[in-house]
Amino acid sequence: MNTTVRTRERTVSPSRRLRALSREQLPNRQVAGRSLLYAILIVLAAIYIAPFLIQVATSFKTDGDAASNPMSLLPQTWSTAAYERLFLNSDFPVWFQNSAIVTVFVTLGRVFFNSLAGYALARLHFRGRNLIFALLIAVMSVPGVVLLIPKFLVINQLGIYDTYVAMIVPLLTDAAGVFIMKNFFESIPASVEEQARIDGAGTFRVFWSIVLPMARPALVTIIILSFQGSWNELSHFIVATQSPELTTLTKGVASLASGQLSQGTQYPLKLAAAAIMTIPVAVMFFIFQKRIMNTTDGAVKE
Amino acid sequence: MSTPARTSRRSGIRGGETASGWLFTAPMIILLGLFLVIPVLMALWVSFSDWNGRGSPFGGTVSFVGLDNYSALVGGGGLAEQDFGTALRNNAWYVLLVVPIQTMLSLLLAVLVNRQILRGRGFFRTAFYFPSVTSSVAITVLWLFLFSSSGAVNKLLAFIGVNGPNWFNDPSGVLHNLLAAFGVDTGPAALTGNTFLGISFWEWLAGPSVAMSAFILMAVFTTSGTFMLLFIAALQNLSGDVVEAAMMDGANGWQRFWRVTLPQLRPTLFTVLTLGLIGAWQVFDQIYTGTQGGPGKTTLTPAYLSYQAAFTNQAWGQGAAIAFILFVIIVVFTLFQRWLLAERGVSARRMRPYLPIPTSGGSK
Repeated sequence: MNTTVRTRERTVSPSRRLRALSREQLPNRQVAGRSLLYAILIVLAAIYIAPFLIQVATSFKTDGDAASNPMSLLPQTWSTAAYERLFLNSDFPVWFQNSAIVTVFVTLGRVFFNSLAGYALARLHFRGRNLIFALLIAVMSVPGVVLLIPKFLVINQLGIYDTYVAMIVPLLTDAAGVFIMKNFFESIPASVEEQARIDGAGTFRVFWSIVLPMARPALVTIIILSFQGSWNELSHFIVATQSPELTTLTKGVASLASGQLSQGTQYPLKLAAAAIMTIPVAVMFFIFQKRIMNTTDGAVKE
Repeated sequence: MSTPARTSRRSGIRGGETASGWLFTAPMIILLGLFLVIPVLMALWVSFSDWNGRGSPFGGTVSFVGLDNYSALVGGGGLAEQDFGTALRNNAWYVLLVVPIQTMLSLLLAVLVNRQILRGRGFFRTAFYFPSVTSSVAITVLWLFLFSSSGAVNKLLAFIGVNGPNWFNDPSGVLHNLLAAFGVDTGPAALTGNTFLGISFWEWLAGPSVAMSAFILMAVFTTSGTFMLLFIAALQNLSGDVVEAAMMDGANGWQRFWRVTLPQLRPTLFTVLTLGLIGAWQVFDQIYTGTQGGPGKTTLTPAYLSYQAAFTNQAWGQGAAIAFILFVIIVVFTLFQRWLLAERGVSARRMRPYLPIPTSGGSK
């Protein structure tokens, strides 16, 4: 970039050249500017990271240590009491198991149903397709939080309240995911599948063995979104279940926060629970980091 | 798109597509219909009924009460109206502060991190984005600890000589506190005497409570990373030519940002603002986990109030009515977004000659 600027400057008017001369002093200013930039970034990054470091550190403290040294990143005495209590002496393992079950089924369901519907809306020509798509767009604009009562009503009416079915089935597909898959299928060339059709493969066969393998990038997006979405989901489980055996991590940890399991503050216990709860999404994030950081533009650009 | 080609193909290799089309979309139609469309219609009925949670809402004992549930909220003069007014007040302040702050911060982060020559770009992006992947429950638990009366934040404030408040237990309004610092403890009669939705104008102007302010900081902390990514994507799609031309004309960095870069980011700016608006009206998880509306109902939000009315107080009609009013508020903002984005079409067309030809996968 610098070289193009220089070459152009040779041909410009004297006044421009003057300015170009004054730019010679820039290196000094640039160094100062660069240092300032790094200083700002490091301070900001510290603000963003510090809460999580404090969280992990506090989870290994004793209750007294956590209360008197809330900022220190090193426990005075290392204690795993919070983790022992969580895993050996509470419902925490059940919560974790329920969250895992729901997340696995919801993610599998969304990968399959979203791509199935997305493919049909993108590639198959059938009467009613435009109507379905219009309804999909309408459904997408319904804000999730106003669905609390409605969801409970239908789950109750169907007689599936307080079951795994009520926790999983309503989440098995999502309008936004179908939309992402439809957009993706529209972006890949149709020639390959048409070849397969000429060779006599049925529609589902074409979808399953030719189109789906090609859709891996979009499927990864769906996996990331639905894993994060269902692992972090709270409100749906609040209205779909009530029994302790069906409590998920989000619901369980929320009840911890309002002090249902503990006497006193017990911050190490709560923070340990919150930390463990963060690990799966964090792992997911670091595995797909490159994709998340780059896909977002692809997914949102429309 | 091309109708003639479509009809001629239908009998050929595309035969039977109507059947498979419906078959492929059937799971989606059934699931979304059963758990989204029908429930909304059921709730609409409940919002016009006096169902108390016992038996089916469609049974013989439940009767139609017209707009009673709605009028109790917006003009009943009772506790319901007061709570609803308080919840709207709280959430309006939340929106008013969260949306501009998170937009400015995420834009700042994106601009800082988007430098080509920056070392450790990946690290900084990860640091800023990480809070966005964690669940609101986990973050709320962390926030309750950081902002406890003798927590890390108050320790930090003590370093610089500030006596920190008892964050999540402090119901006082931030603006009221500010005025009290200047000796103004009570509002003028014109403000305290008149009410809207059951609370006085003076109370409307209280600002977010100290407790709500902690939630506002949390929202900024968790959403700025997501919106930063949107801004980075937009910045990367900008052509360097225009900035370079401005550079040639002697514009300094500040001018280049405000006069050249920012106007080109307008579509993304609108997207971020309206996504932020829609999200900020749906505060639920944090309140459910953290404060349950307290202290002094100053963290009550319409979403939480709707849940509480239905599931705790068994006032299902009222809960559903609150949800639908919230729905209308959010739809108004969505339409507002549509209207703003319609403007984007014009500017995008004008910008097209200056943008590089999009190539698939080459947007880095």
